[in-house]
Amino acid sequence: MAKNAITKYQYVVIGGSAGSLEIILKLIEKLPEQPKATFILVVHRKNDKDSILENLIANRTRLKVKEVEDKDPIQINAIYIAPPDYHLLIESEELFSLDSSEKVHYSRPSIDVTFESVAYMFGNSVIGILLSGANADGAAGLAQIKKSGGYTIVQNPSTAEVGFMPQQAINLIEVNNIVNADELAGLLEQLLTPQLS
Amino acid sequence: MIKEEELDLLLNELFQRYGYDFTNYAKASLKRRVNRLLTIDRFTSFAELFYRIKNDPDYLTHLVEELTVNVTEMFRDPALFKTIREQVLPVLATHPFIRIWHAGCSTGEEVYSMAILLEEANLLHKSLLYATDINPSVIENIKKGLFPLSQMKQYSENYILSGGKKDFSSYYMTRYEWAKFDERFQSRMIVATHNLVSDRSFNEFQLIFCRNVLIYFDKELQDKVLTLFDNSLERLGFIVLGSKENLRFSEIAGSYAQMENKEKIWRKMR
Repeated sequence: MAKNAITKYQYVVIGGSAGSLEIILKLIEKLPEQPKATFILVVHRKNDKDSILENLIANRTRLKVKEVEDKDPIQINAIYIAPPDYHLLIESEELFSLDSSEKVHYSRPSIDVTFESVAYMFGNSVIGILLSGANADGAAGLAQIKKSGGYTIVQNPSTAEVGFMPQQAINLIEVNNIVNADELAGLLEQLLTPQLS
Repeated sequence: MIKEEELDLLLNELFQRYGYDFTNYAKASLKRRVNRLLTIDRFTSFAELFYRIKNDPDYLTHLVEELTVNVTEMFRDPALFKTIREQVLPVLATHPFIRIWHAGCSTGEEVYSMAILLEEANLLHKSLLYATDINPSVIENIKKGLFPLSQMKQYSENYILSGGKKDFSSYYMTRYEWAKFDERFQSRMIVATHNLVSDRSFNEFQLIFCRNVLIYFDKELQDKVLTLFDNSLERLGFIVLGSKENLRFSEIAGSYAQMENKEKIWRKMR
């Protein structure tokens, strides 16, 4: 990693399916108070209209937590969640947008869709993380993040609850880092900390 | 992913040649639609697609249909329909005649959902449902009342969650892999093409549905369309938006009050 006076990473986008929720909740608890980054979560789940995930996450952090509505602004030090039954896209550097088009990998929200959109708009300032899951969604998106100069992390498939999803990414690209769930918070803090060369 | 300049070129051509104005559509989604089109129609490059558009007018209908999103379902967001049953229909019932507009209704699943609700409230006989969409081909389906049989299990579950008490299958006949909805519903529907970008208000309604359409527009176009709805709605009428859409930051927000239970229903107060 290049050692600049300021960190190059400003956007952390996390995708997961079966077996990823616990890991995300633990990670959220360990985030610094001012991570100086925007967090975007895409988690496969059943259509719950009561924003259960938003509450679960908000209870574990002082950062702003928001299930995204149409054209919501993108802010720093905030955690955004892809809403059920919509794909989450980046409309501009300042705005999200939503799309209720066809499912991708049987999923809406799809991890690929958001990863590709984030890679397109934010390029090398993106950290992409793909966690436990039983679906191939996310691998192509993570490849796009890598191609655009971002940093890619997958959960170790052999210790993940369901290793299929991270394994798909490993099969497709050379990811920057493969970690166990308990190593994730430390790695992320390191990547987000400004370092003097 | 197609480039910004290519998208601009395409939008310009569609407007100049055919009068379809997509310039104020949200870019992130529109780019995905064009990419999808390149894949499903097996174009090897943007140039090839562009050539087709310039030289084959018959391709236009298909193009517009694929650029717009036509994903919908019956009783989508059942809790919303429950609120309409319990809080909106009793208000509509006081009118001698009920006019409802489903703007951007695609293949019409929502229109049939509403017709069923009206019948169960014994209001269908004095109601007219105006079903409009930009795509002439998709609205043809509304006149036929045909929907894939494979979806009926899901729609039946939605119907029950919306407060429906009947056997949902009593509303349609099974024909091979299709569910054919009874003609008494079609007889209360007026189906027409209408482009929210360029066409005007054409009537006054007590209830306007426009769900998951505004998400594809930029803020400028959203304001323009909401003003069109405002001009098409009676005082104390209702506007229903999609579950992640909001009227709060629009130009017309000052005249509207949201229903108390957080559903995306607003009432015109002045």
